[in-house]
Amino acid sequence: MQDSVVGLDHYGDDDADIELVDGKPKKRVEDLLLNMGPQHPSTHGVLRIVLEMEGEIIVKATPYLGYLHRGVEKLAENSTYSQIIPLTDRLDYTASMTNNYAFVRSVEKLLQVEIPERAEYVRTIVAEMQRLAGHLFWLGTQSLDIGAMTVFFYTFREREALLDLFELLCGARLTMSYFRVGGVDRDITQEIVDRLYQFLETFPEKIDEYNTLLETNRIWMSRTRDIAVISAKDAVNFGLTGPALRGSGVNYDVRKAEPYGAYDKVEWEVPLGKNGDTYDRYWIRVEEMRQSAKIIKQCLDQLPEGRIAADVPSLTYPPRDKVETDMESLIHHFMIATEGFEVPEGEVYCGTEAPKGELGFYILSQGGNKPYRLRIRPPSFIHMGAFEHMAKGYMIADIVTIFGTYDIVMGECDR
Amino acid sequence: MHDIALKIQEAHPKGFISAHEAFGELSVTVDRNEIVNVCRFVLEDASLDFDMLTDLCSVDFPNEVLRFEVIYQLYSLEKNHRLRLKSRVPEEDCNIDSVVELWRSANFMEREVYDMMGISFNNHPDLRRIMMTEDYDEGYPLRKDFPVEGRGWRDNFENLSDDPG
Repeated sequence: MQDSVVGLDHYGDDDADIELVDGKPKKRVEDLLLNMGPQHPSTHGVLRIVLEMEGEIIVKATPYLGYLHRGVEKLAENSTYSQIIPLTDRLDYTASMTNNYAFVRSVEKLLQVEIPERAEYVRTIVAEMQRLAGHLFWLGTQSLDIGAMTVFFYTFREREALLDLFELLCGARLTMSYFRVGGVDRDITQEIVDRLYQFLETFPEKIDEYNTLLETNRIWMSRTRDIAVISAKDAVNFGLTGPALRGSGVNYDVRKAEPYGAYDKVEWEVPLGKNGDTYDRYWIRVEEMRQSAKIIKQCLDQLPEGRIAADVPSLTYPPRDKVETDMESLIHHFMIATEGFEVPEGEVYCGTEAPKGELGFYILSQGGNKPYRLRIRPPSFIHMGAFEHMAKGYMIADIVTIFGTYDIVMGECDR
Repeated sequence: MHDIALKIQEAHPKGFISAHEAFGELSVTVDRNEIVNVCRFVLEDASLDFDMLTDLCSVDFPNEVLRFEVIYQLYSLEKNHRLRLKSRVPEEDCNIDSVVELWRSANFMEREVYDMMGISFNNHPDLRRIMMTEDYDEGYPLRKDFPVEGRGWRDNFENLSDDPG
């Protein structure tokens, strides 16, 4: 490690030669280097930050990443396209649905495959449910970090209801792997639709409930207002996306700029902040939850009948009941599961709006069933690049707020 | 040829090498010595206005003379269009100019390319490894000649399949 990080030269035989001024020891001023993490409950994973302090003011904050690096990009080069879907679950493990979505969308762009309308609606619904779950998770942990513990129990109550629905839908609660190239794994059942309607009926009141806990809380307000301010120009220059960018008032949402799924068929708005501080980003996420609820409701109302996966036998599995009774279908299923499918030569970049920002996949294919190069553009990693800029000049007590305000998940940051 | 590619060719005939359009995406290959000039042009030209560097990554082609390719994904918030700039880098002189002065988001991404692929960036303010530890000396993990299971201490793992007993 670097010498400057350890900072051992601050210690030594200081006692030996204390300088005296008017008979009293001279006031000694020195910079303090403070190591935070990698094990710290508010780092949302394992992140290490070295803080250079002047009193209580942060002069410099250097993040040290890589504690959760698993080499997903390298693994992906040696996996078939369908084997990569479970890998993407483990990037941002609080929002695996949108990770799957971002990945399959880029493969579909390469394959130029048409997705059935029902599948598009189901995808939009689960992606927005995931956004709700992700934002609820964020709101709970952010307020917990700041010291408002009660909100955590409230938001996790609603998140639990959503995770139950995910379990009903695909059997998993966290690492879903629900998406398939060309569609989704299972159809949404009437029971899920009914329970989702029920959930949406009471959800806006629940958001009001969180607001009463926070907006009247003087500590919450003073710890979020004017903390970690970033101007619109800097936010764009640092490549921030998602609520972190919109908090500064920049209107960029991939769902509006390059619509996909059913987003252009429903009515919703992009909430924008003004000041670019932690409070604005909090407000945006809360508003986005209201918008997501609106999107889900409209999608459920409009939900068309039809297939949930494209009718392309080379890509999509045959129906489950046929696999269990029909030899040809079993072989068909086996071939796709073991050998994957051929993807033509080419390169695409495809960005998708994940709860944390623009999650992009750049895929370079040279033909065959595996990508030649797969690059993940993780919003958390790019937001981490602006961390030093954002933390400078604030108090040490604000550092956990500044982590939290980006909604960083280290699984995605380190990959 | 695409309008954006034409503009780049017109403004930087020395740097422009080729343009390619597929899947509705435009890629422009640029000479590596001109990369900063071309980037500055696409950032500052009002009709292009690529104010956001979405992504910066690299690809390894071990059998080609110019082995590495550095890829810049650009996006313009105002114009809502995208551009992919590419630049080839040879293995023996493995460096390219940094674009941190134009987009500060390049700082971490260039560090990652350096860490994973071993391409160094001239004039980068803080070029250190980012994912791997600073004393990591087993090479560059994303290069194609780097084994998936890793190198170094992992070579001494007992391979269970070799020993049927």
